[in-house]
Amino acid sequence: MKKQFGILVDTTQCIGCMACEDACADKWGFPHTEVHELSCQKNTVVQQWGETYVPRLCMHCENPACASVCPVGALHKTADGPVVYDESKCIGCRYCMQACPFQVPKYQWNKPNPKVTKCNMCYDRVEAGKQPACVEACPAQARIFGYRDDLLDIAKQKTKDNPRTYIQHIFGETEVGGTSTIYLAGVDFAKLGFKTDLPKTQLPQYTWNIMSKIPDYFVWGSTLMTGFWWLTNRKKKVAEYEANLKRRGTDGSDGE
Amino acid sequence: MAAMENKMNMRNIYFQVKNWFRHMTFWKSIFLILMIAGLYSTVVRFAFGLGAATNLSDKFPWGLWIGFDVLCGVGLAAGGFVVAASVYVFHLDAYKALIRPAVLTAFLGYVLVVFALLFDLGRPWNIWHPLVMWNPHSVMFEVAWCVMLYTTVLALEFSPIVFERFELEKAEKMVHSVIVPLVILGVMLSTLHQSSLGSLYLITPEKTYPLWYSGNLPFLFFLTAVAVGPAMVTIESFLSSRAFHREIELSILSRLGKVSAVALAVYLVLKIEDMINYNLAPYLFTFNLEGILYWTEIVAGVVLPMVLLIIPQVRASKRGLFCSAILIVTGFVLNRMDVSITALERHYAVNYFPSWMEISITMMIVAAGFGVFALAAKNLAVFPKEERAHAENYEVVIVDSESSLEALKHLPETVQVETRVRTKD
Repeated sequence: MKKQFGILVDTTQCIGCMACEDACADKWGFPHTEVHELSCQKNTVVQQWGETYVPRLCMHCENPACASVCPVGALHKTADGPVVYDESKCIGCRYCMQACPFQVPKYQWNKPNPKVTKCNMCYDRVEAGKQPACVEACPAQARIFGYRDDLLDIAKQKTKDNPRTYIQHIFGETEVGGTSTIYLAGVDFAKLGFKTDLPKTQLPQYTWNIMSKIPDYFVWGSTLMTGFWWLTNRKKKVAEYEANLKRRGTDGSDGE
Repeated sequence: MAAMENKMNMRNIYFQVKNWFRHMTFWKSIFLILMIAGLYSTVVRFAFGLGAATNLSDKFPWGLWIGFDVLCGVGLAAGGFVVAASVYVFHLDAYKALIRPAVLTAFLGYVLVVFALLFDLGRPWNIWHPLVMWNPHSVMFEVAWCVMLYTTVLALEFSPIVFERFELEKAEKMVHSVIVPLVILGVMLSTLHQSSLGSLYLITPEKTYPLWYSGNLPFLFFLTAVAVGPAMVTIESFLSSRAFHREIELSILSRLGKVSAVALAVYLVLKIEDMINYNLAPYLFTFNLEGILYWTEIVAGVVLPMVLLIIPQVRASKRGLFCSAILIVTGFVLNRMDVSITALERHYAVNYFPSWMEISITMMIVAAGFGVFALAAKNLAVFPKEERAHAENYEVVIVDSESSLEALKHLPETVQVETRVRTKD
């Protein structure tokens, strides 16, 4: 399998300069604002939680719920790692927004021909051999771009070498089966607005358990129904025949 | 010649429409108000986007249109597959009188669901995309195919009635010859579809309030659909018996009531299993909105109607049947709204309540459904023949001797009498 890219976000390093937000806005042609919430005009933001600045962006899950629920495959996980969106396929059902455990996909609510918006790890730049715009803009090494496996090693090394700075938890290593964006923190992730009770299972597995049984259900179900039809049909025919015999019997004739 | 006939027809329609407006009644004016309000909201929705017309947001992407129009709309159409399976697959001939209204309701229900989807989808002009762009991992993909195929099957199941009206015997015969496989396909698709609406919420275990999350969601949705199908048929029978002055098929409906009772009983068992498996005790005994709604659902929507329908005296009475059916339907709607809206509000930390425009579009769609049903009932043989005579303001008198036939001749001249003599065979 091809090695997948990822982004390591070190929240202990972030200085809250918002250079990443600006670089991202420029990349997508969004306006520069002081609102630090993901929206259809913000694909990455930096939020302040107590003393800590927390950059936020798409987690680019290993097995993304958004891509698995999209009925038309408008979202998909590329072999390189980024989860990307194809506007031309989208029907606008917003199931991706409903399914994403991190509430990343946003919507253009006030457009007559709306699309879903989310970070795509600057897929075009990555394909061209460059870093994502936000990583390039970061002056503090709070965002590091590279292969996910390597980033995970770096993260593990960092937490091992600096147990005073870091808590022993790499967010995204196992959450929902692993994500391509991974986080380091100095305080408990729950205090930084992260959901710490996420299952370790890849979310699409929950639906696949059922979906994979549909072909069987179809074959067995329709066979069973046909069987019932045959049985009750036969019962009806026999009843009719017997009624016929009886009537003939009372008429005094012999019947067949 | 044909052109002239056409012209006559057009004039006829024109007069009918004129008549409709001239004799304005309470219900007709309500209908008109709903239509006008709905159309206004439609314009806003498509001109300025979903945000302008709805209370949906990034924090709450699915609302009334998914929760009510789609989840409830599909569920309430379940009478179609329950009755069709009983008659064609299980040869329960007693239910034959119910099949046409049930299939018509199901068909209209599905058409309206598709109609509602056109409002909810951000890019409704791409609604055909699932035909060619496949993602078999997506429940929504399955839902899309089920809706498309099952709506087609329902149209075919209903088509003989239309062919009959226009005397297209060949076409009618053709459909009749394939009706059994068609019904089996319909049952498979609709059961799949009912359950897949529950599967939609399987992927959000961490978002759904624990009382409503379960790995059994598809089975729970299926069972409630089986319970609500007969209840809808019952309510429909009562309403149409009032509107078209016809008798109610009480004995058949009371037998259908048993189907609901059994489905509710199995549902209750699964619910209790969930309470144990997911350790729901702390949530069950927390006094909050979720708790109240959950208990209302279980007690008023499941246990009460189940107990009522088990009692033979209740099943034998019009009132008992009607009340049980109302309870089941209310419980069903509450359940769907809870799973799709209430269960997610706490996680998203929002209080979603639909905007008046969302409500007006839903009301417009429901009103249109009622309107089309009435139109079909008037012009097609949806109900058995005698009842159609009632619908056309005839009285049907069945007499069994020559002398009483004589008596009919002494009626005042203003009453037109048409007699048909049926001899005993």
